[in-house]
Amino acid sequence: MKNYALMFLTLITFWVLLNSSVDPEVLVIGSGVSLLVSLIFCAKCDVFSEINFTPKAIVATVMFIVTFVSALVRANLSITKRVLSPSLPLNPGIVQVKTKLKSKVGRMVLANAITLTPGTFTLEIDGENLYIHWVDVKSGDQEESTKEIVSGFEKYLELMYG
Amino acid sequence: MGNILDILGGIFLVVGSLSLLIASIGIYRMPDFYNRIQVGTKASTFGLLLIVVGVALISPITWIGKLIALMLFVLFTNPISSHVIARAAYFTKVPFTKETKVDKLHDVISEGHMKKVKNNG
Repeated sequence: MKNYALMFLTLITFWVLLNSSVDPEVLVIGSGVSLLVSLIFCAKCDVFSEINFTPKAIVATVMFIVTFVSALVRANLSITKRVLSPSLPLNPGIVQVKTKLKSKVGRMVLANAITLTPGTFTLEIDGENLYIHWVDVKSGDQEESTKEIVSGFEKYLELMYG
Repeated sequence: MGNILDILGGIFLVVGSLSLLIASIGIYRMPDFYNRIQVGTKASTFGLLLIVVGVALISPITWIGKLIALMLFVLFTNPISSHVIARAAYFTKVPFTKETKVDKLHDVISEGHMKKVKNNG
């Protein structure tokens, strides 16, 4: 039931965003179609069942977004510096990190966040192991890289996706 | 003109285009595929987001809904598509630059410790 409701809410939100109006006929058509689609296609939307909706999780979501945006800005500053410096300082390599997250969606969001943050790029996920291409490898050690790359996001994602 | 939102939006647009310019210079200068796709993904996502925010500031009423939806789509799909391209490149053995220090993934695959079974020829 929760899955159907969440699917319906997601669809109707996007419908209203794309229409950018809340006229009655727009809302009626949108909710009709959203209801139909979520009833037909949402027999097993396990994407949504892993998301927590406790107050703690909502605070964690806000904190995650703040961390993510600041990491995105830092990523671009460091990339700019690297690209424009004449000597092109690079020290690339692929390191292995471990995540504590159990949920599939949590891991997906983590991998996406890693891809958009300074110097790291998720190359492959295998269960709890993430293989990350790192522009500036500080150490090949697994625990140290985990601490450096993953733990900033992980503490919030753990609360968001149980 | 003189509207504060217009000026702010203009600043966002300029910074966004600069970010895209950096991305293209980076793609040209980087030594191998993996470093190129790193620069491409980060700088192009960031530049696109800044440009979308700039447009949203300049004409907020008509565009903001569509632009929020656009930002969400970009944030979710851009890293995934780059990840898939890079992964395909890795398993078809696109060469690394000589400066590459470690390759943990290669060690794991050659020792057969991968949980999933890979059929990469």
